[in-house]
Amino acid sequence: MKQLKKWMLGATTAACAMYAAGSAQAVEIEYWQYFFEPRVKAMETLIENFEKANPDITVKMTHFPYADYRTKVAAAIPAGQGPDVVQLFYGWLNDYVNAQLIQPLPNDVFPPAEIEAEFFPMVQAMKRGDQYMALPTAVRSLALFYNKRLFDKAGIDGPPKTLDELVETAKKLTQKDGAGNLSTVGITTGMNAQDHHWFREVLIRQFGGDPYMDNYKKVNYNTDAGKAALKYYSDLEFTHKVTAAGFMDEPQAAFKAGRAGMHIDGSFRIGALNKVRGLKWGVAELPAAADGTHSNYSSYWVNGITSKATDEKYDAAVKFMKYVTSDEAMQVWLNTVGELPAKPSAAMTEANANHEVYGPFIKGLGYAKTTIFANESGQRQALMDMVGRMRLQDQSVDGSLAQAAGEEQKILDDYYN
Amino acid sequence: MGIYKRLSISQKQIVWAWGLLAIPIVFYVVVRFYPTANAILLSFQEWNLLGSRNWTGFDNYVKLFSDPTFWKVFGNTFLYLILGTPSSLLLAFVIAFHLDKLRFMHGTIRALYFLPFMTSAVAMAWVWRWFYQPVPIGVFNNTLATFGIPQIPFLNSTTFALPSILAPAIWAGLGFQVIIFMAGLRAIPQTYYEAARIDGISAWETLTEITIPLLKPTIVFLVVFSSIGFLRIFDQVFNMTTNDPGGPLNSTKPLVLMIYDTAFNSFDMGYAAAQTVVLFTVLLVVSLLQLRVMRDK
Repeated sequence: MKQLKKWMLGATTAACAMYAAGSAQAVEIEYWQYFFEPRVKAMETLIENFEKANPDITVKMTHFPYADYRTKVAAAIPAGQGPDVVQLFYGWLNDYVNAQLIQPLPNDVFPPAEIEAEFFPMVQAMKRGDQYMALPTAVRSLALFYNKRLFDKAGIDGPPKTLDELVETAKKLTQKDGAGNLSTVGITTGMNAQDHHWFREVLIRQFGGDPYMDNYKKVNYNTDAGKAALKYYSDLEFTHKVTAAGFMDEPQAAFKAGRAGMHIDGSFRIGALNKVRGLKWGVAELPAAADGTHSNYSSYWVNGITSKATDEKYDAAVKFMKYVTSDEAMQVWLNTVGELPAKPSAAMTEANANHEVYGPFIKGLGYAKTTIFANESGQRQALMDMVGRMRLQDQSVDGSLAQAAGEEQKILDDYYN
Repeated sequence: MGIYKRLSISQKQIVWAWGLLAIPIVFYVVVRFYPTANAILLSFQEWNLLGSRNWTGFDNYVKLFSDPTFWKVFGNTFLYLILGTPSSLLLAFVIAFHLDKLRFMHGTIRALYFLPFMTSAVAMAWVWRWFYQPVPIGVFNNTLATFGIPQIPFLNSTTFALPSILAPAIWAGLGFQVIIFMAGLRAIPQTYYEAARIDGISAWETLTEITIPLLKPTIVFLVVFSSIGFLRIFDQVFNMTTNDPGGPLNSTKPLVLMIYDTAFNSFDMGYAAAQTVVLFTVLLVVSLLQLRVMRDK
């Protein structure tokens, strides 16, 4: 008994000593992102590599379902409870910076000139004053997905290169049943999916316009270019009848089910499509305008250091940030998630740029624009209603476009004033 | 302890009563009254969940009452109530009235009516959403198309969308209402019916003079209960219109969905709180009015 007591005392002392020694050296930082299986897997790999290189730092990852993510982050960080390094959608950054919940990245480790030379230009939206607030590991852009089986069946030899070809191709792919109802659409439609980006940053620019002015604070698409873009977009559904809103519930579902010839979507869809058995699909660059103008929309998630990280946790967080924005981390992210590296040096490697799936997306990054949203879902709703009014209330292109521009401007004014 | 010992038995009983009552009171204060008061306070402030809360006076209410979307949504909310409550009550009463007289497989049929009430509203909303799809996946439209009848744009129309969403909501609540009605019917003493039969009263008069008046407490309960339910409708609308929340063109958006959207998509917490205060007031007024109108004279 006495011996047991002694042994226990010894063990406890040893454990305490080890714990004390451990806590003196090891720093644990917390990392948050939303749950999407490939993203979580990629981050696990990155954390493992990082911890191997930095044995005194451990990174604890926490993830939430996407639906709760924004609210949870917004509730936790102001309360000082949340992560040290957090993943945020680029459009949310403003609110966090204004509330001083994100710390700027130190200029000695992340020199702005270097970032501007190395990263794709759209990342400059993350700069406040002369410092960067956050940086992405990966970026995403849009491309045209097409169903190879349907193309073969219709005798079409390749994806459309121009907007006019897109209409002709879609007509050939469209199928109707005996009652005249669409059974296969030429191209999917729906401003609720990625089409509002296609309209904003691609179509309007291709018809000669510039969708916004004053750093995205002023709507500028109620113009001839905007009208031409909306006419082109809405004609697909109302004049050429090669598509229908709500067909198969949502655009990506129609494409997955092999009921849509073409579908415009982001690079984040690649993983989901790879899992669909029996679907033979390809990817092409978004069609060019008649004069050859290309455009694309790019969005990204950034990592930033929260105000919670201080002292040694801050230093550890900076090291971690440096690693997750390295070329190596970007390649891991591309291979696991399918999202494109945020630096041309990592993206434009021979293998990536000529990759049959990633290639078109990476080419798109070269000329992509990033919309700065004040309220993405509200601004999207304005465009959804724009097409909805034309569909359900027979409103004219001009009238509906003017109303949508007014509604979106009101959202921007409310936010910035 | 000394003080407690000196108390009389009745005083001790009072101490115990308050001690036990304190648990639910504290619970209610913390999870109900405090958040309610805080929401009312928040409705006079501006807050994006991240920064500080700033006083804005009546700005949120001024904005709300001059917002055409709010009036559209306000109208929708009452449309759910006006269409939903009478039709669900009538349906439930007819079913309960006949089911009460039925002996064959009574328990099984009653269970079948109750089953939807036990099902998750979310799962049900999604199944109905798929029922309503256009050709080639919607079961209703596929059936219509087989007979060469033009499709009905259930959820893609400003006219049909609201009733289409209301239908599964009514169906889901039916089981509960049927059970309550049957309990009410069983509680009416058989002697009244025997007397009526001896006096040779017609079936219609028995219904209007005996059954319905004696069911009044049941009806009052169900009217208030289902009215609150329809005024707060959310699950069905949210899940059946995720592609265009409350759409098309806001034709199905109820107040609760607008609140959700303002709070968790626009992160305009003060404005959302103002909407919540309006909903709270509406619920209170409607419930008090109904209780007053339907009170026994």
